[in-house]
Amino acid sequence: MTALSRRAPAEDGIATPEFEAAHERQKRWRGFLMALPAYAYLLLFFAVPLGIVVVYSFGTRTRFGTTELSGWNLESYEKLGRDLVQQVLFRSIWLALLTTVICLVIAYPFAYYMATRSARVRNLMLVFVMIPFWTNFLVRNYAWYVILGTDGPFSRVAEFLGFGPTRLLFTQSAVVMGLVYGFLPFMILPLYAAIERIDGRLLEASRDLGATGYQSFRRVLLPLSMPGVIAGSILVFIPSLGAYVTPDILGGAKTTLLGSYIVTQFLSARDFPFGAALSTVLMALMLAATIVYFRRGGRTL
Amino acid sequence: MSTSAGITEPRGWFRRVLQANAWLVYAFFYLPIVLLVIYSFSDNRNVGVWGGATLDWYREFANDEPIKTALGNSLKIAAASTTVSVVLGTMAALALERYKFRGRGFFDALLYLPVIIPDVTMAVMMLLFFAEAAKILGFSRGFSTITLSHIAFSISFVSIVVRARLAGTDEKLEEAAMDLYASRWQAFRYVTLPTIMPGVLGGGLLALTLSLDDVVITQFVTGGGWNTLPVYVFGLIRKGVTPLINAVSVVMLVASTVLVGLSLLAQRIRGGEPV
Amino acid sequence: MTNPPPTDWTATSPPVDDAAIAVNLTGITKRFGDVTAVNDIDLQIADGEFFAMLGPSGCGKTTTLRMIAGLEFPTEGSLQIFGVEVGTQPPNKRPVNTVFQNYALFPHLTVRDNVSFGLRMQGTNKREAARRADELIELVQLSGMEKRKPAQLSGGQQQRVALARALVNEPQVLLLDEPLGALDLKLRQEMQTELKSLQRDLGVSFVFVTHDQEEALTMSDRIAVMHEGNLLQVGRAEDLYERPESRFVADFIGQTNLIDATVADADMIVLTNGTKVKAPNPHPAGTSVAMSLRPESIEIGRPGTVPTEYEPTSLPGVVKSVTYLGHALVYDVGVDWIDLEVRTENVPAEQRFTVGDDVAIWWDRHADWVVPNE
Repeated sequence: MTALSRRAPAEDGIATPEFEAAHERQKRWRGFLMALPAYAYLLLFFAVPLGIVVVYSFGTRTRFGTTELSGWNLESYEKLGRDLVQQVLFRSIWLALLTTVICLVIAYPFAYYMATRSARVRNLMLVFVMIPFWTNFLVRNYAWYVILGTDGPFSRVAEFLGFGPTRLLFTQSAVVMGLVYGFLPFMILPLYAAIERIDGRLLEASRDLGATGYQSFRRVLLPLSMPGVIAGSILVFIPSLGAYVTPDILGGAKTTLLGSYIVTQFLSARDFPFGAALSTVLMALMLAATIVYFRRGGRTL
Repeated sequence: MSTSAGITEPRGWFRRVLQANAWLVYAFFYLPIVLLVIYSFSDNRNVGVWGGATLDWYREFANDEPIKTALGNSLKIAAASTTVSVVLGTMAALALERYKFRGRGFFDALLYLPVIIPDVTMAVMMLLFFAEAAKILGFSRGFSTITLSHIAFSISFVSIVVRARLAGTDEKLEEAAMDLYASRWQAFRYVTLPTIMPGVLGGGLLALTLSLDDVVITQFVTGGGWNTLPVYVFGLIRKGVTPLINAVSVVMLVASTVLVGLSLLAQRIRGGEPV
Repeated sequence: MTNPPPTDWTATSPPVDDAAIAVNLTGITKRFGDVTAVNDIDLQIADGEFFAMLGPSGCGKTTTLRMIAGLEFPTEGSLQIFGVEVGTQPPNKRPVNTVFQNYALFPHLTVRDNVSFGLRMQGTNKREAARRADELIELVQLSGMEKRKPAQLSGGQQQRVALARALVNEPQVLLLDEPLGALDLKLRQEMQTELKSLQRDLGVSFVFVTHDQEEALTMSDRIAVMHEGNLLQVGRAEDLYERPESRFVADFIGQTNLIDATVADADMIVLTNGTKVKAPNPHPAGTSVAMSLRPESIEIGRPGTVPTEYEPTSLPGVVKSVTYLGHALVYDVGVDWIDLEVRTENVPAEQRFTVGDDVAIWWDRHADWVVPNE
């Protein structure tokens, strides 16, 4: 072949940089077209709604409960400083933190134990964690409603044990219990994923080097499982903060959390701008948590 | 998954503590569900009190028109949103896992957001979006708005499950198919699709479950008397409970358990890893 | 050890008859962004030839194979299969088939369905495809396993399925990408013999990519050595071993001592320390070269025992280490500025040299080989 024929166009079947570039472009285009339906869908039905929420948060509520979007202002964000709102915010954060910590304390030994078992037992244990995770969330909350109710089995047992008639329903404890119940699998799964991939010989090595059981937990196991701890904590903290169904069913009117407070703004108070502002705050918290997670190099979602 | 040596089982009192904790966790998970099932057969107007066995509540459920309508609505919406999100989500997974294109990074991030965003926020988003859209287009809320919202979060879940599966399959398989005279479409139809099928089925069942589960978002975007079963039941609970709800709950429970079972079975048969 | 005097320095690749060229690459280049994976190579592979492409990982051998298969398009150059230009054709339009590294068997299909896949895609009806698949399954000695899934087969069996799956299509050229890489040593040696005899029976060209030089040397009719995207040399095993054209090939194929030197004239080179050594070479005076001396070509003896005819090709040295290999002895001999490896047959203990001994080493003037330094 001579230099001349090397420059021949692609129609002769001889490859040229132009043909290669066209082929690359075609491949990219194919990928783009394949992504396009979902891409367009999410832009229209997710990104645009997200933008609208932010826009609404700068709007004004009229006396008739409608929303005036012209004349942007920060009124809704100023409302965040009110005592009542602060109360709701702090209570939400406090209860969400409490839920996260309780989940962590229960889930860590559980995930650790699971990781020490044989592959067969492990998978079985995993399936039985997954089942409640997949069952209807509303129904699971309702089950606690039945159990914790006035004449329900819980108060019977308490009475039988001599604690007198106890009603847990419509208290903060009931809400935390419901949240732990609902989100515990979110903590177990990433923790298990993180602990399972730790090389057991590292723990043996630390013991061999004279560490006590606690020291090898504190210095080896815990640091190595940190991505799981962070992922699990975010996966529990965020939905707890935004929870609506659980506080509504188990907390009654007394325990308003951020999630239910937002719902109230839309379904009864009809203060859309304020509700939108609260939602924006919730989203900002969520984004901050997610960024923290990815900054710490986790990858166990 | 990992080839490293596993953690050896602890001994002595520590092991017993861990064991006890595991059993307590399972008791915590399953006791409420078991009790709920038991009380659904209780012949007592009071939901948490045992009053002898009866099937009355299930009978009442079978004769309750609003509940049956809500159930039908739920199924219609779940079927429609699952179908669309499986197709779109699978395509998105293929595009992200097998191709490079402009805007890929942004799309990837956009696809993750619906998974981590709290229900309530998503509900607010959809409510305001449809309120604004209705001003322009003038449509009524109901089946369409609920289905569109469910698709919006389901696509992400489907694509995550399918992507996990795709990441575990060798890209060389598609090359081998092409080398063996398959066209691009044939390579997809006879090689790629069958190998990712467990992921597609798993993603589909997840989408179905999520759609059948959703209360908050549906409640925000519904209209024209369109109720799904969870929204209807939620309303009943807030109005005051009756053992009828126990029965409905148990039916919903059985339905989701069957779905999980099917999902696990599908993956077992196809020899896939659990999602 | 007695090599013919090297006279022809260029035509180490036997000329190939035009009509019998199966694969013809001319000026083939492949760039991935800024990286040039394959750099302007010309290569002819004859019909019926067992041809190996050898080189360290990242040398461009697999990319070249993938271009022949159509899994990658060349950036430029002509790529012909039996005279037909196919450079821009997709893989499903090329009369070649591939045995992939790690086999890439379809995990959801049975052995029979895997093997008949190519025929089915070409429109052969199901029965005929199954019949021909079974023939090939028998050929690779897997009869009775037609209904198994790949996961139920051993590595060696999977390898055979991959072979059958490619061969059932009667390709004009069979491409194999490190086909034995995943097998253990014993199975590997078995499969080497089997592959070779299969190729002889079928008479089809096999183009075989490997990083294992022993595999390439034992199996192939000809070998192409690649390094950093460049095709360094094409030739028979003995061409590459005895008459390497570059420092890289001399070093890569087998074991050798490379001694830096400068050309004095057509018959003499000057080593780094000023020693003049007789070494016929085609390079102009002053060229920086390396002398390649295979460890087994070097003789070792006590100082002053060098036969007169070897005086111009000898050096004094000190034994630095001795390695006992059973059938052989390996001495590490320090020669002033460089250490040389010397391999001799085993001798009785009292005749062996020990560390610290002063020795002389010498070699036949036709045993050394001069390669240019890049």
